[in-house]
Amino acid sequence: MLKYTIKRVLLMVPTLFGAACLVFFLLRLIPGDVCELRMSGEGGFVDNEAIAVCQEELGLNDPKIVQFGEFIYGFMVFDLGQSMWTGKAITHEINLRFQLSIQIAIMATFISVIIAIPLGTISAIRQDTWLDYVVRTFSIAGIAIPSFWLGIMIILGLLISTQAWLGEPWMPPIEYVSPFVDPVGNMVQLIWPAIATGYRYSAVATRMTRSALLEVLREDYIRTARAKGLFEKIIINRHALKNSMLPVVTVIGIEFAFLMGGLVVTEQVFNLNGVGKLFVESVQNHDFNMTQALVMLVALIFVVTNFVVDIFYAWLDPRIRYS
Amino acid sequence: MATVDVSADGGIEELREKKSFGQKTVEMIKKQPLGTVGFLVVIAMIVMAVGANYLTPYDPEENDFANMLIAPGWEFLLGTDQFGRDIMTRLIYGARTALFVGFVASFVGATIGLVLGVMSAYFGGTFDLIFQRVMDVFMAFPLIIMALAIVSIFGPSTQNVIIAITIPFIPRCARVVRSNALAIREIPYVDAARALGYSHARIILRHMAPNVMAPFLIMITAFVGQAILLEASLSYLGLGVQEPTAAWGLMLQGGAEEYIESEPWIAIFPGIAISLAVFGFNLFGDSVRDVLDPRLRTQ
Repeated sequence: MLKYTIKRVLLMVPTLFGAACLVFFLLRLIPGDVCELRMSGEGGFVDNEAIAVCQEELGLNDPKIVQFGEFIYGFMVFDLGQSMWTGKAITHEINLRFQLSIQIAIMATFISVIIAIPLGTISAIRQDTWLDYVVRTFSIAGIAIPSFWLGIMIILGLLISTQAWLGEPWMPPIEYVSPFVDPVGNMVQLIWPAIATGYRYSAVATRMTRSALLEVLREDYIRTARAKGLFEKIIINRHALKNSMLPVVTVIGIEFAFLMGGLVVTEQVFNLNGVGKLFVESVQNHDFNMTQALVMLVALIFVVTNFVVDIFYAWLDPRIRYS
Repeated sequence: MATVDVSADGGIEELREKKSFGQKTVEMIKKQPLGTVGFLVVIAMIVMAVGANYLTPYDPEENDFANMLIAPGWEFLLGTDQFGRDIMTRLIYGARTALFVGFVASFVGATIGLVLGVMSAYFGGTFDLIFQRVMDVFMAFPLIIMALAIVSIFGPSTQNVIIAITIPFIPRCARVVRSNALAIREIPYVDAARALGYSHARIILRHMAPNVMAPFLIMITAFVGQAILLEASLSYLGLGVQEPTAAWGLMLQGGAEEYIESEPWIAIFPGIAISLAVFGFNLFGDSVRDVLDPRLRTQ
């Protein structure tokens, strides 16, 4: 197990390094830089000297290879540097926003599990009945409906229903409050984007649950369980579901990593100041340091989630460790 | 010994059941009911995209300040937006944008992926190893993050949106094609082609690529829905197709949220159009996959 773990950790390095190269050189292809953008923002007049000073200060004139070395070194010692746009430390800028995004991601994952496992199970047990078709249509629709539009529709629904019941329209608050300070206010604010993203991500997990369960239900030991007269409920809960959860866990794990990407759009709809919004802003501002930090954060979450899923898998199924 | 004369009447031809086009269609509908629905949506979209000029009397881009924010009714079936443009008209022309971006991005992305995937399987060794690692890196980003980064480099425009969507598709197709091509490389006709002294390019393009057509087509059909959704997301963020071009995602940006309370139709209809289109293409794609390669089925 230890050997396998070490091997998996080492495999993470080239992927992360590749991601670092990719984002670094992609960003350097963008015409213009943060200095030109910041200076020209103030009323058309462009002061070339000021731009040069600014570029010098931010180290944009250093050879690319030096810049790259500093970026990699900074990433390795967890010193992400300062935002080129605001001048504040990146860890400071990311901190609160990351809290918000990760909370939505966790809530969305939770919601998608709550939707996916019961629906997938029903769909598998009642295979090829109208119930199965309804569930499958529901889950395919989940992939088709853009989460940002679902978000807009949720807001619309909230406005209409609060207007009807409370007499005046209500919208979820925009200012983020930590769940430890005001749990109710926090929930009321974040549950909607979590539903909008969670529904979308439940679709894949529902299909996975269904197909995995169908496969297990065809196994011999299920037939044995039936033959000895066990209740169908016990067969499903104790024997079938447990054995079909492995691929479902994988899918949910990988989805969690991709949720960070899905949040880019949802945060825009609900006007939440999260990592996704920060990413769009930093890309538009040519804030290289910030964009690099965020991309590496997403890549890191992706790689680590994959790693955890793999280890979990290997722990559950010893055959994987030795192959 | 009885032999079957193929050319004469009453030969093998009769053993095979003869079916008219109508019968075949009915059979297909019964076998793939969801796929048929998807196919109909796809056809409807193509009709809308091709015949946009004849389907609506209004102009999709011209402002008409006399008719701003009119509710759905007989004159404007789905109402008008804050510039007085007919929403129905913009939806119909939007199908053109969505299909154009969707088809071009999927086709180009899948084709490049096809060639790279087969190359990787054919050459094997170090080339394959390095290629796989590079693909891994590309796959480590969510589609939208990758597309956002690319759009920000080239600037937002329809053409650049296509590029931004195409690039992340390439590794996804290459990976699937490669695993199929690995099996094909072991089949003797590839050795035979090599023994005849054909060039690498000829073996890859003429001998191997045609035999991975099934996964290739499956990937293309699966990509179209995703591409439409991605285009809508990028346009919604203001990083995709630019005004005044009619595009569904763009229609949801700005005005849609501003007027959500009083004029909700601006926000409702484009979203339905996106969902229906992606829904249709996904159903169609699933059926294509089931028919071409039942092994890939996830049920």
